[in-house]
This record gives sequence, structure tokens and C-alpha cells, in this order.
Amino acid sequence: MSDIESRGYVHPDVLVSTDWVAGHLDDPKIRLVESNEDPLLYGTGHIAGAVEVDWTRDLNDPVRRDYLGRDGFEALMRRIGVDKDTTVVFYGDRNNWWATYAFWVFQLFGHDKAKIMDGGRIKWTKDGRQLTREAPSYPPTDYRAPERDDKKIRAFRDQVLDHQKSKGRMIDVRSPQEYSGERLHMPEYPNEGALRGGHIPGAANVPWARAVNPDDGTFKPAQDLKAIYEGEARLEPKDDVVVYCRIGERSSHTWFVLTHLLGYKHVRNYDGSWTEWGNLVGVPIER
Amino acid sequence: MPEVPEKLQETLELLDLVPDRTERIQLLIDLSGRFTEVPPRIARRPFPEEHRVPACESEAFVWSEERPDGALDFHFAVENPQGISARSLAVILDEGLSGAPLEQVAAVPQDLIYQVFGNELSMGKSMGLMGMVSMVTAAARKLLAQRRAQGQA
Repeated sequence: MSDIESRGYVHPDVLVSTDWVAGHLDDPKIRLVESNEDPLLYGTGHIAGAVEVDWTRDLNDPVRRDYLGRDGFEALMRRIGVDKDTTVVFYGDRNNWWATYAFWVFQLFGHDKAKIMDGGRIKWTKDGRQLTREAPSYPPTDYRAPERDDKKIRAFRDQVLDHQKSKGRMIDVRSPQEYSGERLHMPEYPNEGALRGGHIPGAANVPWARAVNPDDGTFKPAQDLKAIYEGEARLEPKDDVVVYCRIGERSSHTWFVLTHLLGYKHVRNYDGSWTEWGNLVGVPIER
Repeated sequence: MPEVPEKLQETLELLDLVPDRTERIQLLIDLSGRFTEVPPRIARRPFPEEHRVPACESEAFVWSEERPDGALDFHFAVENPQGISARSLAVILDEGLSGAPLEQVAAVPQDLIYQVFGNELSMGKSMGLMGMVSMVTAAARKLLAQRRAQGQA
């Protein structure tokens, strides 16, 4: 049994180890995708063969606040040489924060041949493995995607309002200072993009990075995750859960943990998050 | 008086000459290689929290040091080894603002970061980098206010 299999996850095959990736660098059915919080990091070196998918440039509509549509997703997949049988393995900096975000967006288009490299960049480099600056190039594919499906794993404002009114379970994955609203009023602090501070009433606060081991960025075993999300935050696997943060990136990490590692079937990411809720007129806010 | 400090302007003009994103990224990575951490005579770990840049995911810290000529030198630490953008900006701020007239430093806008990194920054990244600029300009404003209060400015 591998280390990942021994951790008790419901879907352990959604994670691959750095060892596994090192053994599949020349596998044509695998496409490594690096997604980072720091926009310069990929340029300093990346795993051989890995393409970069940048959240702002590659996954967002350039004009309105929304993700790319089917045409844009098809163009992206064709450009990075992915077809319907390619397994995409995401990894990145900051505990795979943006990697899980890209993973989540790919799921909106049903590309379920997708995995996360446990530990991300930090684990790869701590293992002493090589990075390269050589830009990979792949023949374009004829990838065809379905229309984006926002129903199952994405939540919108009105749905969240209904969810809150019916006392549905919610996790606010921001820092305690953001959750309490105190940060919005700190002097010399950059604008957080919201007019009001606080959280959605009823949401529990579980900062997203609690799900990982800080030393190497790997996910904590299921027992530890259950202690956090079920012991402290009182979630149950049958719950309908909405997760949110500021724009939905950090909460995609928690969505990944609850959905894939703990096997929850009804978790939605509210990507409008606090930059929407904190600017809405008349919605309830708790401090 | 407030114009962009001369050395900072030179860096911005250099960046303007490189509109290609890939080449600009390489230039910024090269700049990050010139990063030198805050000297031990200024600060040692654990760094005091009041010098931490709020909202910076790269765990950047900023210090200012008064020079004999009355200007400020700026010093930085970036605790996240993957914080290349923060290191790059630290070099630009240090080389561009250390020793510059305080009025000019105080007037540097936060959106300098978009001139440096382009508009395609995530919100969180923007906030962290703006926080670095803000701490530098705040140090200049604070010293100017002290001098005004003492009748020196």
C-alpha cells in the first residue's frame, strides 16, 4: 500500500505522489499542468514537460466576471495538447492552492481524468528533484468539451442566500481576521475588494491551509481531516455544503478536500465569495 | 516636487521596453536574483510582526533606515522561498526608492505593481504586492509627518 493509499481517503486515486510523477515524465497520456499563486515562478523552472495554466489569463473570461466558456476551454485544452483521454496532473506553489482551483474549473467542463500531485512544487523541490526552464510544446489536439456545467459544484449568490436562510452548512476558509471582519478596518491595509467585513451568518471558519502539512505541502491523513471538518466544524458527509473565501480560489482547495479526500457528495464552491457578498446590498452579515 | 523617483523611473522605462510577457517575466526573474535580505544589524529572525506586509502570501517584511542625508534606505525579507514576485518587487523598491526624496517616495502609487507586473495579477497577489509598496510609502509619510511636527520639514 502506498503512502497516499494508507491515509484513508475515500478517493485516494485523485492524488499522485512526486515519485509517481517522476516515473511518468515521458508518458504521452499524462499532461502535467503547473498553476501558481506567483506569476513568475513557472519561469524560474518547472517539472520537465509541464505546461503553465494561469488563472487570470487562461481560466477567466477577459471581460465579465466568470470563467471561460466552452470555446475558451476547448482552445485551452487544444493549446496544451490535452485530448479526452489525457490525464491532467495539476501541481503548484502555496500548498497546491491554485492547482486545486484549476482542477475545480476543469471539473466544470467534466474533464474527470484529473489528479493533484500531493505536496506540489514545494514537495518536488524538497525531494531534490530537477526543474527545467525548457518550454514544452505539444501538437494541438481536437479537444471537444461540453457546455460548462455550473449546477453541481458551483454556487451562485441567490443559491447561497437560500442556503443560508435554510441554515445549510457553510465553511468560510479565510483567515480568522478576514472571517471576523477586523482586517477590513486595519490602517494602511490594501483594499480587500469589499465594502463590508465579516462572514455569512452560520458559516464555520476553517482556514483552508489547515488541510495540509506545512512542512511539505502534502495533505493530512483522513483521520486528521475528519477531526477538523467533522470534529470541529461539525460537518457530516451527507451534508449539502457551500465553501467560500474571497474570490473562490482558497475555497476550491477545501472543496477538493471535502469532495475527493473525504468523499462528500454535495459540496459547492461559491466563487462570488466575499468580494460579492461583502458588496451586496441588504444581505445578512455576521461579525 | 513629487515625480517618480529617478531610479524607479529608469526601471519602469526599462520594463516598458519589454512588452512581451515571457521576456518581461524573465527580466523580473533576473531582477529577483539581485535580492539581498535585510542585514542582521537591522533585524534578525523571528522578525517583528509590525514589519510584516499585511496580506502578502510570500510573507514579506519591510524595514526603513534613516540615512545621514535624511533620506531612507529600505530593507526587505521574503520568507516564502517561492515568493519570486515579492523578491523582484523588493529589488525594484530598494534600488528605486532608497535614498530618494521622501516626498517622492511618499507619493509612489500602489498601482505601481501593474506597471511592473502587468494587469493580469490575481487579486490576492495584487494585495500582497500593493502592501509592500504601501509599507514603503507609509514609512516616508511617517518620517515627513514627524519632521513637520518638529518644524524640520
